[in-house]
Amino acid sequence: MPVNRMPEPTVRQPLPTMTDTRSTCPYCGVGCGVIIESEGAQITGVRGDPEHPANFGRLCTKGSTLHLTASAAVTMQTRLLQPMQRLQRGSAAASVPWAQALDVAADRFARIIADHGPDAVGFYVSGQLLTEDYYVFNKLAKGLIGTNNLDTNSRLCMSSAVAGYKKTLGSDAPPSCYDDFKDAQCLFIVGSNTAWAHPILFRRIEDARRANPAMKIVVIDPRRTDTCEIADLHLAIQPGTDVMLFHGMLHLMLREGWTQPAYIARHTSGFDALERTVRDCTPDQVAKVCGIEPSALIEATRLFANSPSTLSLYCMGMNQSSSGTAKNAALINLHLATAQIGKPGAGPFSLTGQPNAMGGREVGGMANLLSAHRDLANAGHRAEVAALWGVADVPAAPGKTAIEMFQAAADGEIRALWISCTNPAQSMPDQATVRRALERCEFVVVQEAFATTATCAYADLLLPATTWGEKVGTVTNSERRISRVRPAVPAPGAARHDWSAVADFATRLEARLPRRAPGTLFPYTLDDPAGAQAIWNEHRETTRGRDLDITGLSWALLDTAGPQQWPCPEDQATGPATGPATGRSLGKARLYEDGVFATPDGRARFHNAAYQPVAEARDERFPFSLNTGRLRDQWHGMSRTGTLGRLFGHVPEPLVQMNGQDMARLQLGDGDLVQVSSRRGALVLPVRASTEVGPHQSFIAMHWGEEYLSGQSSSGERIAGVNALTLPVFCPDSKQPELKHAAVRILKAELPWSLLAAAWLPADRLQATREALRALMARFAFASCVPFGAGGALQGGAAERSGVLFRAAAYEAPPAALLMEIEALLGLASDETLRYADVRRGQRRAMRLVRNASNAQEAQLEGFLLAGDTRAEAWIKTLLLDQLPAQSFGRQLLRPGATAPAGVAARGKVVCSCFGVTETAIATTLRSGTGSESERLASLQAGLRCGTNCGSCVPELKRMVRMTASEIASTPVPVAATA
Amino acid sequence: MRTPFLFLVQPTKGMDMRVNKQKLVLVGNGMAGVRTLEELLKIDATLYDITVFGAEPHPNYNRIMLSPVLAGEQTLDEIVLNPWSWYEDNHITVHAGRKVVEVDRVKRIVRAVDAQGDVVEAPYDRLLLCTGSSPFMLPVPGKDLAGVIAYRDIADTLTMIDTARTHRHAVVIGGGLLGLEAANGLMLRGMTVTVVHVNAWLMDRQLDRVAGDLLRKSLEERGLKFRLGAHTQELVGNEDGRVKAIRFKDGSEEMADLVVMAVGIRPNVGLAESMRLHCDRGIVVTDTLQTVTDARIYAVGECAAHRGIAYGLVAPLFEQAKVAANHLAEMGYGRYVGSLTSTKLKVTGIDLFSAGDFMGGEGCEEIVMNDPFGGVYKKLVIKDDKLVGACLYGDTVDGSWYFRLLREGLSVAQIRDQLMFGESIPHDAGQPHA
Repeated sequence: MPVNRMPEPTVRQPLPTMTDTRSTCPYCGVGCGVIIESEGAQITGVRGDPEHPANFGRLCTKGSTLHLTASAAVTMQTRLLQPMQRLQRGSAAASVPWAQALDVAADRFARIIADHGPDAVGFYVSGQLLTEDYYVFNKLAKGLIGTNNLDTNSRLCMSSAVAGYKKTLGSDAPPSCYDDFKDAQCLFIVGSNTAWAHPILFRRIEDARRANPAMKIVVIDPRRTDTCEIADLHLAIQPGTDVMLFHGMLHLMLREGWTQPAYIARHTSGFDALERTVRDCTPDQVAKVCGIEPSALIEATRLFANSPSTLSLYCMGMNQSSSGTAKNAALINLHLATAQIGKPGAGPFSLTGQPNAMGGREVGGMANLLSAHRDLANAGHRAEVAALWGVADVPAAPGKTAIEMFQAAADGEIRALWISCTNPAQSMPDQATVRRALERCEFVVVQEAFATTATCAYADLLLPATTWGEKVGTVTNSERRISRVRPAVPAPGAARHDWSAVADFATRLEARLPRRAPGTLFPYTLDDPAGAQAIWNEHRETTRGRDLDITGLSWALLDTAGPQQWPCPEDQATGPATGPATGRSLGKARLYEDGVFATPDGRARFHNAAYQPVAEARDERFPFSLNTGRLRDQWHGMSRTGTLGRLFGHVPEPLVQMNGQDMARLQLGDGDLVQVSSRRGALVLPVRASTEVGPHQSFIAMHWGEEYLSGQSSSGERIAGVNALTLPVFCPDSKQPELKHAAVRILKAELPWSLLAAAWLPADRLQATREALRALMARFAFASCVPFGAGGALQGGAAERSGVLFRAAAYEAPPAALLMEIEALLGLASDETLRYADVRRGQRRAMRLVRNASNAQEAQLEGFLLAGDTRAEAWIKTLLLDQLPAQSFGRQLLRPGATAPAGVAARGKVVCSCFGVTETAIATTLRSGTGSESERLASLQAGLRCGTNCGSCVPELKRMVRMTASEIASTPVPVAATA
Repeated sequence: MRTPFLFLVQPTKGMDMRVNKQKLVLVGNGMAGVRTLEELLKIDATLYDITVFGAEPHPNYNRIMLSPVLAGEQTLDEIVLNPWSWYEDNHITVHAGRKVVEVDRVKRIVRAVDAQGDVVEAPYDRLLLCTGSSPFMLPVPGKDLAGVIAYRDIADTLTMIDTARTHRHAVVIGGGLLGLEAANGLMLRGMTVTVVHVNAWLMDRQLDRVAGDLLRKSLEERGLKFRLGAHTQELVGNEDGRVKAIRFKDGSEEMADLVVMAVGIRPNVGLAESMRLHCDRGIVVTDTLQTVTDARIYAVGECAAHRGIAYGLVAPLFEQAKVAANHLAEMGYGRYVGSLTSTKLKVTGIDLFSAGDFMGGEGCEEIVMNDPFGGVYKKLVIKDDKLVGACLYGDTVDGSWYFRLLREGLSVAQIRDQLMFGESIPHDAGQPHA
């Protein structure tokens, strides 16, 4: 195994010609600092910024491969590089000059606004935009056009946390900070797979636990995720029963006298009403509803209330719920009741999903918000904003939130949509409605960095945007910390910064609409960092006197003093830093230390809401709960991470996880195709038994959209991926949809004819080939199309070797022409291809053997296609992926059946993607290991170096150590067939 | 020089002295006839007084082994099947080098002449015609030039061997089995050989196009040259009346000091027709190999037309011989119902096999395997779940197995997916490999 001879990725010495640029990671809300290495216009490497207070030099599997997603090959094949116009839906888009594109957009918007009013247009933007982009969008919609129909994908992500904070603490501000981890005596992780979704924070949690072994960690999650590896106590509650759990905990606290009456009396209001509500939530009742042991409930409550400091970390499990606000508030209730807030190591800490959902809210980039956390509903706030912008007024009517916006478009109410930096045709629930909306909408603008997202197919106008490594501006992470985003390389092709394109559009629209202000509302120098800075300064001014006051900050200060937390008012900040001030913290690390909250009376309010079950309970017809969530090495719709084969080493293909008992009952085996159907749609994909999910539950990763997992539905439409199943019911307060729970039926899919084709491909053809294959997915009842990568340590672009894998199934064999098309795309239409064909039986096999350039005696499998009987996958796939010598097999490669003619041992799935260490290698090493679990883990890491770079796989390693300990040494070695 | 061979076998001690023993006369001292005699003797050696007439001055030899002889891999002695002693031991009268010119079916007398024109007569009770076949010579101008020969017997073989010593350029007309074997032999004997074939690919009666092309490639690698789809216009001779070139319809020419025609065979039915036996693409026989015209007369081998087919391969002749002998021996239960034929090319290092309906067609399903890496091509033709044809190139190990399946006509539905991978394939348990 090529593990130990690989160079240490983190000590790569920058070449003299190489430029280093400090910026931030574009993925999750941890907001890690990265140093981008570039040569000329090409990004060549990335490493963690040792001085960034979020990560101190660390990066996760996704962050440490960022530079690979910016390679020339990926850019050329996947990026949107020119403005494109589509004259007819479904036809190919043709490139047009920027000016023409924006005039077209301005004309269409102006006409629709003139004919149907400002609320006939909507803007759906993204938590991945920079604060400056957001600000211009908000000003365009609310300041110029006069509609509040501006919402973002943060609606699917953070809005319940926002509503929860505002209802209780009075302001949309996470009161805690990352440093609290080390001070916490009890960590309460709720509805968050931190180990996968926020890996760098999990590293910090591990550090804190190491420094303070007494620290207790409680994980509350229906799934037994890798995060549970570090937990002292795991409550696998039934989906959606969080409120009942928290009320039950409060009930116990009251019974045991574990609350802080003094604090409650001095700093809060509304406790009595809540007290009455929780009276009925007896331990037995809670245990029954939540499906947990009363003892576990009591233990969890004791830890929460009686630990010197309790910090809760929570994420989508709480937010993506039809009672998301109630869940957030109920948890915050506990912090208020036990005074676990406003002190080091304590507080309700919402972990942000996206890199700048926070910044978006700061500028009021939501349908119910205005600049600087101001409220639309508040006339005073509206007047303030109008004054700041120099317009008569801003519209009072609340705008349409994400789900409502697409419903309105589907109903014909909204006629023009501007979608920026997000992929609703993948990420929104109830895709049937979303797609109906996109089809019905008269004019759809998609502003994107990648031309490959599902939403691009619905655009009338495609506007190329800059992305990571090119953008300029600021972002705010989970702990209210503002970091600068700096460009390392120029924008490729004709791509422009989102704010720049939008401001350009806005001025053109301004000319076509009735005057709102004497001058232009968008006086920014386009396509110039100065413009972004001007926007930020304007935004800064709007925060004066607000809870998020940043008047004490400036770009210059951020450059010298490094990332800063808000609030940081003028008086508090010590002005422009003198001397080497990097790392100096000017802002406020922790909120509410004085017990004064952001409410009119300064008192935090207890939120009194009764427990509501999930919107769509399991029943006879739909007997399984479907949960969705993140994978360790993927991000959202995978428009970026999906370009890297190596990131598919951990979870190679789409699948649905089920509990082993349920599978046995349904007589399903690992890898069997199942049809998962809900009341809204259906999906076919392979099933896999998992100890993570409980009985009557199932899990599909949120990433699998139609770009990777599709097929043709019984009614002949293209299957829309995982969100064909999810439901659009949302929380009445936060309007956040319940992406985390849908009732589904799972049945064995009877698709007798199956296909598996895979091939190594040159980097300059890989992406284009995958896109071409992707277009063929809808020709089969089931199809998935993913890249794969060679194992081995992370070592930069040149050495990366990747390929594409296409899997499909159907009721009967498709026409040979279709298979030949697939073979041609995968380079199998060559003279070196071994073939077997039995048309009548639908059997077709092709193997491309290529002699080694160095040694003609040796030959390797470069690609294959198995059609009809694909059982040979069990060993053929291994030959290909592990690049084993194949010359000795010859024609036997064409044999049917799962048994290799000679021994073929697979390396199994990649656990550590930094060093490409596989399951098999780890299992083998572990079987010979001795000593305590920690010793064996240490020797494992010393031997194979797995988990010694980014550490994302450490929880999994720990689990494997434990499993091997509990077994006898005769563990069967996992093989590719089941990996 | 006088044709030497004349044996008159004298009665010896211990020999059956029955009077009015039946007389069996065999016309044609070749593989088909002699094999019939062998089969007969196995059943009953005492039944007949046997007399054999042969046009060639040789004992019965293995005609299909002439190619190895030409290729220098075997000698003439090695391919003799029945040495003179065999006839002697079996008390068979042989008239070698004597050509039968007339048969009187009324008096039941066979009349032959030798080189000198001396006449020999032999009466018969049963007559076995195994006159074989003659090469077909293209009716083109110059076909009678010196150096233009067929490839049929030892004489032709010796001519080729001699010519190879003295001349350079050979042209073989006919890219079939025989033609390619001749071409290969001539090439091995140092001539530059061009094979002229009228069809688009070689051995088109035994191979499909893919296999035919593979064959051409590997023969080209060995040094043979090919003119496919080429129509011969004429053979051009030099001043001393020897062929010097072959000219095609498109006007192009190839040098040729020797032209071997291997474009097919014609059953020798001249004698039979003179005897007023019904002939149609051969002497028409019944399932007992008796001629339909005269039940005393049998025909076996390339000269016989059974159910409309005159076979040119050795295997069917042997099957016919068994049945004919069975009937001659007055057992009478043997029936010949036709043969499935299979082909192998006797060119060292080239494995090809074809059998049955390898071209497929209406109601047929094909299973095809192609291994350019190993230079192997296989096609199996299946009809109604039965194997009806096979065409193998590069790897013929399973040829006999397929041929057996073909003849037995058993259903292959159960083993269909393994069929291509040979008899030895264990049945797959379907378990993932661990």
